[in-house]
Amino acid sequence: MAGVAASEHPPHPSPREGEGGRRRAFPPNWRARLAFAALALYALYAAQSLDFTWSRFVQGFDQGGRFLARMFPPNTAPDKLHLLVDGMMESLQIAVLATAVGIALSLPLGVAAARNLAPAPLAWSARALIVLFRSFHPVIVAILFVKAVGFGALAGVLALIVASLGFLSKLLAEALEEISMRQLEAVRATGAPFLSVLVFGVLPQVLPRHIGFCAYQLDSNLRNSALVGLVGGGGIGATLFTAFQRFDYDFVLTIVLAIIAVVMLGEMLSVCTRRLFQ
Amino acid sequence: MSGIPTGPDGGADARPLVIRNLRKEYRAGAPVLSDISLTIASKGITAIVGPSGTGKSTLIRCINRLVDPTAGEILFDGQDLARLRGRELRAARRHIGMVFQEYNLVERLSVIENVLCGRLGYLPTWRAWLRRFPATEIERAFQLLDRVGLNGFATERADRLSGGQRQRVGVARALMQEPRLILADEPTSSLDPKTSVEIMELIAVEAGARNIPVIVNIHNVNLARRFADRIVGMRNGRIVFDGPPERLAESHLLEIYGGEGWLE
Repeated sequence: MAGVAASEHPPHPSPREGEGGRRRAFPPNWRARLAFAALALYALYAAQSLDFTWSRFVQGFDQGGRFLARMFPPNTAPDKLHLLVDGMMESLQIAVLATAVGIALSLPLGVAAARNLAPAPLAWSARALIVLFRSFHPVIVAILFVKAVGFGALAGVLALIVASLGFLSKLLAEALEEISMRQLEAVRATGAPFLSVLVFGVLPQVLPRHIGFCAYQLDSNLRNSALVGLVGGGGIGATLFTAFQRFDYDFVLTIVLAIIAVVMLGEMLSVCTRRLFQ
Repeated sequence: MSGIPTGPDGGADARPLVIRNLRKEYRAGAPVLSDISLTIASKGITAIVGPSGTGKSTLIRCINRLVDPTAGEILFDGQDLARLRGRELRAARRHIGMVFQEYNLVERLSVIENVLCGRLGYLPTWRAWLRRFPATEIERAFQLLDRVGLNGFATERADRLSGGQRQRVGVARALMQEPRLILADEPTSSLDPKTSVEIMELIAVEAGARNIPVIVNIHNVNLARRFADRIVGMRNGRIVFDGPPERLAESHLLEIYGGEGWLE
């Protein structure tokens, strides 16, 4: 039947004829449909096996409401504000310190991981190290460091250094692999030593981008410094954790608002820095 | 070892560059250069002509070892460049200036920083980092910029310049090295005809005034005839013509480039 219908349009032989001889502009993608159906089925199964029920959800709303009610108004007693400022300053120090050390260490690691600059064995080992640094969330790394060096800011700083190092070296290595080798070749042809080739031929090509990444990492470390505090890494996270445990929910709200304010400030700072070095 | 040319007999050796039996294979068994032997005199311009992909660029890059030759000798200043490594290789490269087809300036550096790149081989990295070049070299960089016609452009970023201006910076960078040999790899191929002549003239005048021999790869046979003292024709990785421009006849061009239609 289809063959007969097709012969009515001899000048336009169509690769695929639908029923009735109509040509189909959008043939069905059965593989994609199957994949979506499988995903939906699995989501249903997961929800059922994790005991998600509507009643628990509604109950949770109720409790959440009561919890929120206990938070208002935020606690601004002088002694609490003092705790808040102390915690926040420590978090800021953790974030800045971790970012600075992370940037310093990411430069050699990034160069070592760039396949166009480093010999292959070095590049692959550096890449393996970066993957290792990136494979765990900062919170998990922080738990390890708390076990290793004890509670406090040091553990937080170390955890965030690992996170910064993973992120910055990876992005630096990728930026380095995209540089123009012609520019580098010319500097090398003058007899410049390797480090001078890096300083004159490579750095100018990647610096603006890397400064953008570093600003983003500072911003990200500000956020994560609160997180590592929750597991014993010091800073505002520790203050927040204590407030939770003492059911000081009004103080919790103060802390949360302060964290939001600082993160927004960090974001603005990061945007400004990037604009400065475009 | 100061590298300053000192007049007509500056080099102790009258033949500053001798290439013997040079061979380069990027893939084993498929030579791009096969058995090249060439002696370059202590002054004058040698133009290498030949079709694209015939190994001209590879030949020039073997000399300063941006490409590593497979076999053969490259004698320069009493050393075999083909065997040098590391520090010795860098020391030898300081005396060989190079001008590139795509200028190869560091785009985000200023014009004068690009010119001063020519001194990086003589400077510890920390001084390069802090831009602490000796005052005499900075002064010389300014003078070279005047010479190549870029007075007032010193602090412009290199990516703001036109093609011809960039190549002038490229020439100044090579001269900044106070080289004993200049290699130019298709220095005019990315430029319009008028600018091409200007750049070739610049190279000829400045190198001539300093008695620096120049090896230049060039597509344009007319430019080669006009500026070179000697023309080397290459085809399929071999030298098929070597002589003064007057001797380069159409029959030679046919042999070098093959075909006929393009000559008419």
